[in-house]
Amino acid sequence: MRILRLTIRNAFRHRLRSVLTIAGIAIAVTAFGFLRTVVTAWYSGVEASSANRLITRQAISFIFPLPYADKEQIARLPNVRSVSWANWFGGVYKDKSQFFARMAVDGDTYFDVYPEFQIEPDQLAQFKRERNACIVGADLAQQYGFKLGDIIPLDGDIYPGHWEFVVRGIYRPRDKTIDGTQMLFHWDYLNERIRQESPGRADEVGWYIVKIDDPARSAEVSDHIDALFANSRAETKTETERAFQQGFAQSGNVIIGGINFISFVIVGIIMLVLGNTMIMSARERTREYAVFKTLGFSAKYIATMIFGESLVLSIFGAAFGVPLTIGLVKMFEQFVPKAWFPVFYVEPVTYVLAATAALLVGVAAALFPMQRAMRTPIVEGLRFIG
Amino acid sequence: MLPLIRIEGVSKAYRRDSFDIPVLNKLTLDVAEGEFLALMGPSGSGKTTLLNLVAGIDRPNQGRITVGDTDIAALSETALAKWRATHVGFIFQFYNLIPVLTAYENVELPLLLTPLSKAERRKHVELALGVVGLSDRIYHYPKQLSGGQEQRVAIARAIATDPTLLVADEPTGDLDKQSAEEILTLLDRLNKEFKKTIVMVTHDPRAAERAHTVRHLDKGELI
Amino acid sequence: MKIPLKYIARNLVTRKLTTGITVAGVALVVFVFSAVLMLAHGVHQTLVATGGTDNVIITRKSSNGEISSIIDGDTQSIILTLPYIAKGANGQPIVSREPVVVINLNKIGDGVSNVTVRGVSEPAFALRPQVRLVEGRMFAFGSRELIVGQAIESRFAGAQIGDVVKFAGDQWKIVGKFEAGKSAFDSELWGDALQLLNAFNRGNSISSMTLKLERPEAFESFQRAFEAEQRLNQFEPKVERKYFEEQSEFLSLFISVLGIFVTVIFSAGATIGATITMYAAVANRTVEIGTLRALGFRRRSVLTAFLLESCLLALVGGTLGLVLSSLLQFFRVSTLNFQSFAELEFSFALSPQVILSSLLFALAMGIIGGFIPAVHAARLKIVNALRGA
Repeated sequence: MRILRLTIRNAFRHRLRSVLTIAGIAIAVTAFGFLRTVVTAWYSGVEASSANRLITRQAISFIFPLPYADKEQIARLPNVRSVSWANWFGGVYKDKSQFFARMAVDGDTYFDVYPEFQIEPDQLAQFKRERNACIVGADLAQQYGFKLGDIIPLDGDIYPGHWEFVVRGIYRPRDKTIDGTQMLFHWDYLNERIRQESPGRADEVGWYIVKIDDPARSAEVSDHIDALFANSRAETKTETERAFQQGFAQSGNVIIGGINFISFVIVGIIMLVLGNTMIMSARERTREYAVFKTLGFSAKYIATMIFGESLVLSIFGAAFGVPLTIGLVKMFEQFVPKAWFPVFYVEPVTYVLAATAALLVGVAAALFPMQRAMRTPIVEGLRFIG
Repeated sequence: MLPLIRIEGVSKAYRRDSFDIPVLNKLTLDVAEGEFLALMGPSGSGKTTLLNLVAGIDRPNQGRITVGDTDIAALSETALAKWRATHVGFIFQFYNLIPVLTAYENVELPLLLTPLSKAERRKHVELALGVVGLSDRIYHYPKQLSGGQEQRVAIARAIATDPTLLVADEPTGDLDKQSAEEILTLLDRLNKEFKKTIVMVTHDPRAAERAHTVRHLDKGELI
Repeated sequence: MKIPLKYIARNLVTRKLTTGITVAGVALVVFVFSAVLMLAHGVHQTLVATGGTDNVIITRKSSNGEISSIIDGDTQSIILTLPYIAKGANGQPIVSREPVVVINLNKIGDGVSNVTVRGVSEPAFALRPQVRLVEGRMFAFGSRELIVGQAIESRFAGAQIGDVVKFAGDQWKIVGKFEAGKSAFDSELWGDALQLLNAFNRGNSISSMTLKLERPEAFESFQRAFEAEQRLNQFEPKVERKYFEEQSEFLSLFISVLGIFVTVIFSAGATIGATITMYAAVANRTVEIGTLRALGFRRRSVLTAFLLESCLLALVGGTLGLVLSSLLQFFRVSTLNFQSFAELEFSFALSPQVILSSLLFALAMGIIGGFIPAVHAARLKIVNALRGA
């Protein structure tokens, strides 16, 4: 225990310097944690994917529609439990910067296929009864103050014109990994109006969501579905929801890659700051270490002291950095609309990674001074003035 | 002869944590112009403190110190700094040369505080280094010089601005017998030939021998 | 400040290891900072290069990008009746009616992404003089042929000359490669507008209309005439350059905000590193500081000397960081632009602003990091300093 006490006292010998070092490490740990959280948020769609959902879309591009008629054929395949569909509406709510997902979905099946959007049965029933009803996520409702009965006006772009929807339900995301910022209304309503205004575009579906019995058969079913429409005017591409989401997430590969690279740079900076401190403090105490050695303490003992000091500083740094990360994330959430980053929280893994990084750095930063302290002959050490 | 330095009723105490440790107690002393004074005493007697006060790098708690016709204890910090630059030359036990400057640059340092031009400074530096006998080593760095040589550079720096007063704190404390001898001879010369007033603190009886006057301090009082 | 600069500079060189580490820290931070600025600037530059100032692009008001904009045939006719539209040698207005869609292609290596396919009419080339065919030949109007922008040709599988791209129930052959002056068009596939409209069954509903004005200054008058026309109130004209600039807004903003946010955090880390180094420097030179003060140098000079030392340290680090990031200019980056929903290639672009901002940033780190240690040095009492305390 004595060595522990000695180590801690030594670590704080130079109070200001130790405080600065710990602050430096804490800041770097915070930045690291924050960036990892951004990366996590980016892949949240992938993580939220369910193993028993497949997405069928136009093979050549997500933006081209599929015929509504395809639904019957897909539903008839073995292993297909149910089929739902959706169209991306897009459009503008108030102004172009108010971004959130706005989709026309099949009212009857959508919420069965997405059980993680939890909704009160009477709200769902009311939604099904009204043509221009919509259901919004709880987070979206909170952001804009939407209440049941409110009217949400939209200006369409893909589907031009002025549209109005009445809020009849608010869904709660099952957990914090689920997007709670979507606005969903009836595909039937959309289709009806399109049929009147531009009949050539009626009966078109953006993509199908296929719920299957057995996740192990997803590849089989996917191939089956695509075979149905191969060589037609609208060839399909069916894949697991995870693969589909991954495709989207991958598009930002470069940026995510950049962020990951920066995370490493941060760890490098932590190492530099701590390393700097350790080198300096060990150097100042060269004579002192020589004296220790004359008293009979082994070189290994001294090395252990240095190692311990470095660890103490990095542990304190991590201990401050982790709560700061949480604080920073919360602050970010305050300032950035939830719909832009629907899923934004600190994963448990991130905490572990941050703490590990700090510890590894503590070890690495001590290596050079440890070696120097062990190797310096006593006589040289005693002569050292600094 | 008028005294160059008048120390009247000077007291000084130091603060250590929350304790006040008295060092000098109503000390009075005159130093004549052209004098070579050695201050001796056991450690803790206050001799270095007295030296610091005379040189203007510390202030007394009580009393007055007049050097020439200036009451240095009453000067503001800025004025005191200015005064030091031209009126006092320092010689320390551990030489205190700036390690990253050459001998030439070290000697030039106090001259930078005067309005002299570069050419004029050069003259002073070369002169000072000539007096101490180091004209051939002017571009060496301190670590390339022996202890005795370093001290001589320090002395050159002390006389570069041609001050009236030289203050030396254990000038031979870190030197071997021969180098110490050389330094003391140099100080002697500065005093006799260049008429510098020298106040020196020392432990070394041989150094004290070279001075005109020796005063002893004990527990903050002259005995 | 009377203390010579050589004193400051040489002190930095003496303590090589700690100086080196601190410089490295500052360099890293400035590297990231300037890289982010260069990236945002690069996006901006690419999109600015895309548009001309005498071209006007017309899209639907509420659309977020060309792919979600729809302009029907009647509207197109109305637009053509507006004044100030330049006419070509044949007396026809210089107008390109363009359907724009996005298709999936496989990247060379790994992954899939969206690529813009733009249907153009003959005037498109007069409108965009920066577009030049560099290999192969131009596609034949009336046929299902395409030409590919150099950014797509180099990054996507199956997008080389001779390859066939399958979409809209037909095969399209790539017959040529074009370069578009490092603008957004470099990341596109171009084909005959009429063929594309036909293949997608869109009748004559295009995505955007680009026309040339008689004079760039005529834009405001054109805009007024446009807005006066009630039947056009769902659409809006924009100077082409401005339109594409706005298309990059979100991406630029995203990069800038994230990058700067992160950099500011690191700079705190690097600044702390600088502070620690400077504190050590002061601690090691306590006797020296006492000597300088004893010789008559004032507190202010000591403060300034240490502050300058810190700034010099930071500027060296900053310059190193900039030199490293300037090497990034050799790299071109391609990513999905959220607003256009398609790949966009751009590079790291260095500008005088980036250099100035980066150096100022480094300097700020030096000043903030060195300030307190410098004050500490200046406030030392001479006698204590000489004692080495």
